[in-house]
Amino acid sequence: MKITDTARAEEVKRHVRVYISVFVALMALTIITVTISYLHLSVTAAVIVALIIATIKGSLVASYFMHLISERKIIFAVLALTVIFFIGMMFLPLLGHSDTVTYKYVP
Amino acid sequence: MEIPYTSAVHPETGLYNAKGGIWLFLASEVMLFGALFTSYILLRVGATEWPHGSAILNVPLATLNTVVLITSSVTMVMSWASLMMKNFGRYRLYMGLTILLGLTFLVVKSFEYGAKFEHGLFPSTSTFLAIYFTMTGLHGLHVIGGIIVNSYLWGPGRKLWKTDPQRFTNRIEVAGLYWHFVDIVWIFLFPVFYLL
Amino acid sequence: MSTPLTSQAVEPAPGVRAHHEELSWWRKYVFSTDHKIIALQYAFTSMVFLLFGFMLMVLMRWQLAYPERSIPALPFVIPLGIIGLVVIFIAGVKPSINSLMGLLLLGLGAMVMFLTSGEERMPEGIMLPEFYNSLGAMHGTIMVFLGVVPLAVGAFGNFVIPLQIGAPDMAFPKINAASYWAYFVGGVVMLASFFVPAGAAQSGWTSYPPLAAVTPLSRDVLTGQTMWILGMVFLITSSLLGSINFITTIIQLRTKGLTFMRLPFFVWAQFVTSFLLLLAFPPLEAAAIFQLMDRVVGTSFFLPSGLVLSGTPLNVSGGGNPLLWQHLFWFLAHPEVYVLILPALGIVAEIIANNIRKPLWGYKAMVYSLIFLGFMSFIVWAHHMFLTGMGTVMSAFFQTTTMIISIPSVVILSCLFISLHGGSIRFNTPMLFALVFLPMFGIGGLTGLPLGLATSDIHLHDTYYVIGHFHYVVAPGTLFGLFAGIYYWFPKVSGRRMNELWGKIHFWGTFVCMNVIFFPMLIQGMAGVSRRFYDGGQQYAHAQSVLYLNEVMSIAAWVMAVFQLIFIINFFVCIRKGKKVTENHWQATTLEWAAAPTPPIAHGNFLTRPVVYRGPYEYSVPGHAKDYTPQNQARDV
Repeated sequence: MKITDTARAEEVKRHVRVYISVFVALMALTIITVTISYLHLSVTAAVIVALIIATIKGSLVASYFMHLISERKIIFAVLALTVIFFIGMMFLPLLGHSDTVTYKYVP
Repeated sequence: MEIPYTSAVHPETGLYNAKGGIWLFLASEVMLFGALFTSYILLRVGATEWPHGSAILNVPLATLNTVVLITSSVTMVMSWASLMMKNFGRYRLYMGLTILLGLTFLVVKSFEYGAKFEHGLFPSTSTFLAIYFTMTGLHGLHVIGGIIVNSYLWGPGRKLWKTDPQRFTNRIEVAGLYWHFVDIVWIFLFPVFYLL
Repeated sequence: MSTPLTSQAVEPAPGVRAHHEELSWWRKYVFSTDHKIIALQYAFTSMVFLLFGFMLMVLMRWQLAYPERSIPALPFVIPLGIIGLVVIFIAGVKPSINSLMGLLLLGLGAMVMFLTSGEERMPEGIMLPEFYNSLGAMHGTIMVFLGVVPLAVGAFGNFVIPLQIGAPDMAFPKINAASYWAYFVGGVVMLASFFVPAGAAQSGWTSYPPLAAVTPLSRDVLTGQTMWILGMVFLITSSLLGSINFITTIIQLRTKGLTFMRLPFFVWAQFVTSFLLLLAFPPLEAAAIFQLMDRVVGTSFFLPSGLVLSGTPLNVSGGGNPLLWQHLFWFLAHPEVYVLILPALGIVAEIIANNIRKPLWGYKAMVYSLIFLGFMSFIVWAHHMFLTGMGTVMSAFFQTTTMIISIPSVVILSCLFISLHGGSIRFNTPMLFALVFLPMFGIGGLTGLPLGLATSDIHLHDTYYVIGHFHYVVAPGTLFGLFAGIYYWFPKVSGRRMNELWGKIHFWGTFVCMNVIFFPMLIQGMAGVSRRFYDGGQQYAHAQSVLYLNEVMSIAAWVMAVFQLIFIINFFVCIRKGKKVTENHWQATTLEWAAAPTPPIAHGNFLTRPVVYRGPYEYSVPGHAKDYTPQNQARDV
């Protein structure tokens, strides 16, 4: 940032306000996710809801605490690549688990 | 010839070297924890029975730990922001808090583990416990690593602020990126093991 | 010091921090952070491991050729001893890299003596089956993880990349040193595993559970398999640190004017390789942790319920999945095979471009193919698992991606072949290795196709056909690329060249032997001889007609060993007494040849930061006086 120290300090002060808001949001989401768990939803619903909330929380931390929202393409490119492989690694073996052969002996 | 872009940012990428390096490291960590979560899914899907987390694990204690870790993420980014505002005293305060919160997390965790062992619940007892201990244990090791780095930057490493404040600030940013990632992993670990 | 491998500071260039105080011997040569020294550390360490891994196979081939016959240890040990003494003698017995290497060679000889004796390994000189399995598992592990990759990536990558991109060093010099020492520790742990009571790991380099998890059934850390796992953790750490360094360096530290599409193909190859290492290794780390837990803590990540071992039910919780290991292992191990080939492909491209005196044909196609190949390599892994009870959907998916991934390799190979057309070809030793790489890699690739198709793989899986296939790619493939690179960059490192006559003898001998060793494996595999059988298929009725090939292959292997001794002597003699050559001996265009001054290359590499004006292979440019135009030569010349 090729700006003066005061201008930079101002910008960081604005960021601090954002950090506090994100903190509040994260606390709220934590309470929500724990509360929902006491509702004892079906396994599928529980998994989907919990993961959605966790993803929102994770995205907030990544975007604002890790400043991902103001980074340039190159970081996104690396992360996008990683996510693609992550998804492949996670779901292909699952596919394999359900897609098996059964043999029937025919004399 | 000096190595360029150790402090200054590269015009095309907008990164200084260490920031690029840490993001690459975090990408590899995404694959590491991704593999662990994948294994969790495969083991659970293949199991005849799988306990609900709250039946075996201590949800209130883990919720407390979640709050502790998220707060430590805030204090971590605040310590960096303080340096950006040239306030070294505030930096030490916030970094100190981050370290303390990290230690709190570990203490709570040790209570959790201790209680399990007292009840005869070990990794070898079931696959649920095996993957629970392994993943939270590995996460805990990452927390320890972060605390060590942060302690160095709070303690002996703080000398660099006097000679090269820009570089020191960058180091805090890099350490922060790591710490936030450790927080994100816990944000996923917590619901997966305790709430599902 | 006058040894050619010194990296002393010369006149500091204007603007350089004047803090180049003279470093202690330990800081300069042992715990150096200079990429060139670290590269040499990687090179010498990995070459020792390559030789050791080869020795293990030399022993195994005795068992395969003459099962149940007592081994005469001395013919295997004496050559090592002689070479060791020769190398020390040349060094003049004072501390230097030569004397160190000589000592290591003697140490290797001692190791071989140890391995060929002892009741647990070779009672009366006859190999026990368990020991054969150990040799097999460790041969694979050592060659892949301690030999080829550290040489191809750690040594060549570290030395050449900063020089080819015009950088003073890697982005993270201290992390670079850390990555070497992590590798070193991992290697020591792997070697130490031979000395534990139950012997080294013996469940294949693939360490499949349940076998690997229960062999031997002990919670003790000092078992071969557990030490294998610990060694792997160190090696994975080394890899991760290295790949982070390479990627950051290539992205951030390219000199002015060096756009991505002006990069030498070698740098592109290392770039893609580093991404493979970065993103594919962590799942193996996870798997290694699981297997460690299974072995030492008693978990059941990979142990299914109801497992019975030697008549006794295992006392574990069960509920684990052996296939989980296979998925995690092969998620790494498939990209790993591309890690094995890509750097060699990069080296071959450099040497071919240089020795045809014209630009490479299809540079852009080659680069895009590299990127596509790297990406695809992450979604083909289960072609190693076709016989695990996989259904038709999975098989179809992985078979398809596997067929698709053959396309970029064919593109790259074709571009290299087409490049030869119309070139003024110079047949020096590096070029011979580089040229022959092409058809050898071609055979390796083509023999992979029936393995990648699920139906034919039913017949060929776990046979010698597989061994023949992958050795063609790695041995007369990658290893030839690495030999080419050693002969090619030797002048840059040492200021001298290796002897051409002995180089050509080394080449022809090795080339012929490679084919006599590995081609018969394809035949044996198709006849149904399974791999990892300690008697080489003696018990199979259907294999009897091809068993005679075992002796043929073994003799070829032993003859090949002799030719490698020629290479070793050539290498170490020429470090000290090789013919001195000019700065740009091969008249090449890429930046590493413009690095001043001639070896020893100064800390910081370049006196002034080079500026790049042109692509990497501007040979025979019309209107230019010389038949090569270096990348840093300005445009209006």
